[in-house]
Amino acid sequence: MTAPLAIQTETATTATAPPPAASQSAPGGRWPARLLWGIALAAFILLWQFGKPVADWAFKVPRDWRIPAQRWISDAMRWLLDEASFGLFTFTDLTRFIAGAIEAPYRFILGLLSTGILDGRGSSATQLLPPLSWIAVIGVAMLIGHYAGGRRLAALVGGCFAFLAVFGQWSAAMVTLASILIAVPIGILGGLLLGLAAFRWRPVEAALRPLLDLMQTVPVFAYLVPILFLFGFGPSSAIIATIVYALPPMTRISLLALRAVPEEAHELGRMTGCSKRQMTWRILVPSAMPGLMVGVNQVIMLSLNMVIIASMIGAGGLGFEVLAALRRLDIGAGFEAGLAIVALAIALDRLSQAFAARRPHHESAEERERSIAKRHPYLASGVALILISTLAGLVSAPLQAYPEALQISSGTIGSDIVGWINVHFFDQLEAVKNTLLLNVLIPFKRFLTGLPWIGVVGLLALAGFRLGGWRLALTAAALSALIALTGQWEKAMITVYLCGISVAIACLIGVPVGILAAGRERLWKAVELVIDTLQTLPSFVYLMPAVMLFRVGDFTAMIAVVAYAVAPAIRYTAYGLRRVDPHLIEAGIAAGATPWQLLTKVRLKLALPEILLGLNQTIMLALSMLVITALVGTRDLGQEVYIALTKADTGRGLVAGLAVAFIAIIADRLISAGAARLRVRLGLATAEEIR
Amino acid sequence: MTFARPAAALLSTLLVATALSGTPALAAENDDPIRLTLHDWTGQLLSTRIMGEVLKKAGYNIEYVQADYIAQFAGLKTGDLHVAMEIWETTGRDALDEATATGKVENLGDSGMFAIEEWWYPAYMKEVCPGLPNWEALKSEACAEAFGTAETLPKGRYLGAPVTWGGYDDERVEALELPFEVVHAGTDAALFAELESAYQRKAPVLLWVYAPHWAPLKYDGEWVEFPAYEKACYEDPAWGSNPDMAYDCGKPRGPIWKVAWSGVKDQWPGAHKAISAFSIDNDEMGALITRVDIDGETVENVVANWVDDNQDRWSAWIK
Repeated sequence: MTAPLAIQTETATTATAPPPAASQSAPGGRWPARLLWGIALAAFILLWQFGKPVADWAFKVPRDWRIPAQRWISDAMRWLLDEASFGLFTFTDLTRFIAGAIEAPYRFILGLLSTGILDGRGSSATQLLPPLSWIAVIGVAMLIGHYAGGRRLAALVGGCFAFLAVFGQWSAAMVTLASILIAVPIGILGGLLLGLAAFRWRPVEAALRPLLDLMQTVPVFAYLVPILFLFGFGPSSAIIATIVYALPPMTRISLLALRAVPEEAHELGRMTGCSKRQMTWRILVPSAMPGLMVGVNQVIMLSLNMVIIASMIGAGGLGFEVLAALRRLDIGAGFEAGLAIVALAIALDRLSQAFAARRPHHESAEERERSIAKRHPYLASGVALILISTLAGLVSAPLQAYPEALQISSGTIGSDIVGWINVHFFDQLEAVKNTLLLNVLIPFKRFLTGLPWIGVVGLLALAGFRLGGWRLALTAAALSALIALTGQWEKAMITVYLCGISVAIACLIGVPVGILAAGRERLWKAVELVIDTLQTLPSFVYLMPAVMLFRVGDFTAMIAVVAYAVAPAIRYTAYGLRRVDPHLIEAGIAAGATPWQLLTKVRLKLALPEILLGLNQTIMLALSMLVITALVGTRDLGQEVYIALTKADTGRGLVAGLAVAFIAIIADRLISAGAARLRVRLGLATAEEIR
Repeated sequence: MTFARPAAALLSTLLVATALSGTPALAAENDDPIRLTLHDWTGQLLSTRIMGEVLKKAGYNIEYVQADYIAQFAGLKTGDLHVAMEIWETTGRDALDEATATGKVENLGDSGMFAIEEWWYPAYMKEVCPGLPNWEALKSEACAEAFGTAETLPKGRYLGAPVTWGGYDDERVEALELPFEVVHAGTDAALFAELESAYQRKAPVLLWVYAPHWAPLKYDGEWVEFPAYEKACYEDPAWGSNPDMAYDCGKPRGPIWKVAWSGVKDQWPGAHKAISAFSIDNDEMGALITRVDIDGETVENVVANWVDDNQDRWSAWIK
């Protein structure tokens, strides 16, 4: 959420980029390259302007060229569900077993936090033990905070949890917390194990890389349907979808952190005669711990991002509260539930960061002789707190469940504010919207949808070749051609249009804000708070007020995308500017540069690789928002995925989802290769290093 | 979300303390929980919870499960889920037919409620376009322009339902030669957000509204009167004002069905009978929805009141 995220996502993206195959080997110097581009562009424009009557196939993929991928995937799914078998048991038995294995601990934690430990299921279940009271949960959270980060953290965490109780979100938040508490450990352990496997065996790494790319870029809605079919209805499906979404960064970071373990540590292991297992768990994992904790942090944040989507397939909790409130247009209640998610996110994020920063504590011989309570003061006080509060809860109900009389709510304030803006400023907003829509959005959309697909594939291949050589050229061409051949071209172009405009606006806002905030510590703290909130607040919360002010359509979708995707543009700009070597700035000052020259000629130029990576992340986030904007009626790939979800059509959803992933991968590869070349040109890295 | 009220929490802990077991089973055939699906609109939550509470009175073990409206059919077929209280003829027919054809899902008859879906406008629009509610008023240029926006002018703008709901509005506009452009909302939250926004400003709006829902109760307005739907209208182009195209009529209105996994009949025959007998009409449901969505009462409260007030009715269902 804060600094570690920036660092992590950067390393993760550089990690995803394939080694840019010998960019120097690309033909020629500057002139032949320009000539090449000139010829290609001329050919493209000729085809675009005059090609339609001669070669209609270049604009619209003929029906019999199409790859029936939708049918193949749907058939494969049906086979998996109905026929696939391992002899003794079927594939469905296996998936149902996994679902059961996840559901059992979930029910237990849900019992502790929310329902109480129950005997039996449904309404005739009897409660054996009441759930932990609100006092106990807040107390335990504060104890953990104190243990990890001292008094200030304890107060912060306590405040976040108290917010949940005071605003009447307690029981919903506990349901969400329970599913997070199951999803996060599985995500962390799974991610770590995959990371270890990739670290040890090269082939695993090679196989894993594209898989992780897909897991991160295919929209979640696309694989919800198959997950529901395989794992059944209920919380386990939602938890599994959350894990699929939240696990990839953990694997990536584990791999990086394990690689970064210094050779001395390996040597120490060999000298002390460690077995392979001891080497892994006693030497490698502990040495990589600080890096791994950054991954843990990411898993927590991404799991919380999934809360709304998970609630659509039966997870309940805060996500459901948000959706239900907005369905009855209770904007205030939607905001409260959304802010409750932010509060949970802040508490868990700061806790995990504090754990990451903690130094390992070694028990001295003297400490070891004390009593258990003295050796483990936190554990002892936690247990005592739970016992006392449970007993107190039995005697007095308000001590068990937070009394309704003390809850506060913003009531109709949220709806009133939006209503007031709507009545007084709608005309002005409408005028701004229409200007943009008629002069920028619609012409750009027409332009993109009119381009011949074969020409675009060619240009992408050329860009890939120039930036990263043959391999990148092939990747870009193959992926974009696949989008066309599976019949998704037009929707893909609408996707590119919406994303492109949103990313451009996000950068227009984000880069200046980043420049302003980079040198000012106070301002940066405030900006950081705002972008953290924007990223964790479910976008659905501000999507509906946006519809009220801007109507259903592309403009509203664009606002939601910009609000979500502006964060990395700001973060990376600031991060890049702060990293600029102070000596170089001093050199600039010494050479008599004005502040403006200093900014444009030195600082921005040197920060350009980071800013490019920020652009990369902005694109990724914009693409990931597309499925949400389908809810306000866009007609792009996101809508296609959403329609497939509501029709439970596995093939249709996955094909459209993969098309989104392909767009993301092409953009990621091209920009990463570009950033890497730039680093070399600026002398920030040698060609050897980036390989 | 059920909020554990202090009194209930105290009561349940006392129950545990004195080692009393739960509700005594009256007539239930077995103690396995019957899973009823909850969706995200209030009317469905009300009818499902009313059914659930009544079944509890009969001694059945009830579990409520959150599930997606269409995706739930997969669960109903396998027996993961057992009962869905509201499948609308208008939006769920295809999925329902597909599911009942497999023999694993059973239609338990209509719920007494009648789904209406049609073009709708606020009452103040009658001043701008006096010929309404007759659909032919929409053909006039002045009317269409009154409903237009910068993107659609000179045509009018009609905000349709999410694409997934079907409804053939694009075809309807073409068949009836209406000077309108159909814009599809992505969710019904977006649909009603636009209505709320326009209503606050007394601005023109023409959109898809359905009932039972809180919107036609909260806002003053009317449905456009198209030529009444007949099966032939959708199937036979010759029918109606346009001899070359189908869909030159209004939308079908139809019952809201109760649907169950076919195993329910064998496993809980009594519950099967009770669910089949469940019946509530539009007006009654409309009043309950108003209490929740407009007056801000909780669903649980409204359901509990209904159960207290209608003892005679539901005891006949579970007899």
